[in-house]
Amino acid sequence: MLSIKNLKVSIEDKLILKGLNLEVKEGEIHAIMGPNGTGKSTLAWVIAGRNDFTVEQGEVTYMGKNLLDIPPEARSKEGIFLGFQYPVEIPGVSMTNFMRTAINEKRKHLDLKPLSGAEFLKLMEEKKKLVKIQSKLTDRSVNEGFSGGEKKKNEIFQMALLEPKLAILDETDSGLDIDALKVVANGVNMLRRKDNATIIITHYQRLLDYIIPDFVHVLFDGMIVKSGGKELAFELEEKGYEWIKNKSE
Amino acid sequence: MIANNNSSLKPHAFKKAMIALFENKHDQIPGNSSDIIDKLRQIAFEHFKQLELPSKTMESWRFTNPEPLFRDDYIIDFESKFQKIDVSKIFTCDVYDLDTYCVTLINGWFAYKNSPLSCLKDGTIIGSLYKAMEIYPDIIEKYLGSVAKISEQSLISLNTVFMQDGLFIYVPDNVKVEKPVQVINIVDSDKPVFLQPRNLIIAGKNSKLTLVHCDHSLTHNISFTNTVSEVILHKNAFIDHYKVQNKGRNSALVTSMFFRQEQNSTLNNNVMTLNGGLTRNQVDLSIKGENCTAELNGLYLMDKYQHIDNSVFADHAAPNSRSNQLYKGILDDQASGVFSGKVLVRRGSQNTMAFQNNKNILLTDEAKINTQPFLEIYADDVKCSHGATVGQLDPNAMFYMRSRGICERTARQLLMYAFASEVVKKISIEPLKDNINKLVEKRLKGELSICDQCILNCSSKEPRFVQNILD
Repeated sequence: MLSIKNLKVSIEDKLILKGLNLEVKEGEIHAIMGPNGTGKSTLAWVIAGRNDFTVEQGEVTYMGKNLLDIPPEARSKEGIFLGFQYPVEIPGVSMTNFMRTAINEKRKHLDLKPLSGAEFLKLMEEKKKLVKIQSKLTDRSVNEGFSGGEKKKNEIFQMALLEPKLAILDETDSGLDIDALKVVANGVNMLRRKDNATIIITHYQRLLDYIIPDFVHVLFDGMIVKSGGKELAFELEEKGYEWIKNKSE
Repeated sequence: MIANNNSSLKPHAFKKAMIALFENKHDQIPGNSSDIIDKLRQIAFEHFKQLELPSKTMESWRFTNPEPLFRDDYIIDFESKFQKIDVSKIFTCDVYDLDTYCVTLINGWFAYKNSPLSCLKDGTIIGSLYKAMEIYPDIIEKYLGSVAKISEQSLISLNTVFMQDGLFIYVPDNVKVEKPVQVINIVDSDKPVFLQPRNLIIAGKNSKLTLVHCDHSLTHNISFTNTVSEVILHKNAFIDHYKVQNKGRNSALVTSMFFRQEQNSTLNNNVMTLNGGLTRNQVDLSIKGENCTAELNGLYLMDKYQHIDNSVFADHAAPNSRSNQLYKGILDDQASGVFSGKVLVRRGSQNTMAFQNNKNILLTDEAKINTQPFLEIYADDVKCSHGATVGQLDPNAMFYMRSRGICERTARQLLMYAFASEVVKKISIEPLKDNINKLVEKRLKGELSICDQCILNCSSKEPRFVQNILD
């Protein structure tokens, strides 16, 4: 589904990703772990299509297409979803209007009729139930005045609405209490299908108590330095990132 | 240069022409049957002779070139042509579906079906100022010219010299006018016209009034409207005042609104400029009593070569009052704008709270805004702030939306709409808010043009009349 080969990316002339390789297949859950400042978020942004960095070398293919040539909105329509580490507040744009616009743009892309206001509200309620979110979302501006936990849950809710093929969750677990963490994990598990895939970017092993990854990768200094099964997460938790640092030096 | 080069005059030449016009046609100006009005005109005339017409050398007109306003080919009507007509035959306002007392001014003259002045059951008088001069000389003498700064600004004195008609509202003490009053100013002329409507609104003690003021033009012809409004809020009065403008690009509209607030009164003033060639809105607030509140909001959405100038002045001459200015604008293409906001806190006006905020989004490199917030404070126990921002759309929000599959164009529109909504949501009448919301949305999608409300459906291309205003 997603294939990243020797990816080198720089931001303002500073090389952040230094030759990253990653293969993600349908049905898989990958966890990418690593200390702060090693390029985890940059990787998420490259896949989602932010353009404030330069791809120096390498390739990213998604469903057989060169992903780097496609604008972010088209990537979303093709099934890519990024759960933001810091979801953006957009005062004045209602959640309903925002997600209905998104859903209907996607439906247009798929040659489907746009959803009416009533149909959309019904869908919203269904998805809220599915991912067990109680927050009132209608009549509120996108993320405005949301608590940290609400913002992250809102990302999962958006993911449920958009039903992506490939979801990247960037530190979705950070700053969450245990209840919010369970909601996030439950969402990911509920939305898991044989034909989709998830990349979980996380700093801690905590989330992986609730979501069982097929693969764990350690990202350090712009490269994946170690890959393994779910045991790797436990090993990391136990030995800390110093272990990887020492190994790679 | 403007559509017809030969017709533009230098300010001093225009001034000379206006002086000559008054001296020669003095007898023909209606309303002269009354000594009070005649006296006021004479006073204003003396001031006008002393004052300079606006020019770019004046600080207050530095960024707005007024010269295209001054022409030698204007038609000035001293006699009303529209007294008894059915307005609905030439214009329907599809902007509001709210229930209002709706009155119409055509080319500055009050248009009516039955009577130029109506008195509601509760004693409220709504109608033609021209007629009110005749019927209510006591009220006119007491209030007309009492708030407008006739001796300070040439356009105000000029309006007073030639004022003929306009909107007159008198709300007696303790009366809450249930329905909003809506006044629609229409300019409809096949020749260049110079109009000087004059409005006088008096809200008695403990009274309540909602006033929606709409400016439209029916043709693409050149017009210059120099409107002066005087609004008096007595003790405990509450006025919700809206000014909505959607005019042709060949129209120039200078509106000066003077408000005087007495003790415990509340003013909500919202100035929405959606289209117009050259627009200048002057809001001049004078707080004379304690515990007053004034919300002064503005929204301007300009594109092509449109020019907007908002000049807001809050004069705190009494303690314990609060004024809040929030002006937001989006400028596209080669549009340009000016915001000058001033707060004056006079000696002794303790516990004043005065805030000022002007936020702008420039969508192109060619769009311009000059913003000048200004505070002048002579009291030591006050809370005042001012701020101005000029920026582009938030790139993080843009990316967030695009990452959800929303295309760039739609994302931009949603963000612009959101930016504008901070002002729109301050509108307290729900149906009006909904309608303004729709108008703003339409405007931002580029779908609202002057022709929307225009029944003439002419095919004229929008000329670049105002291009040189920026030079």
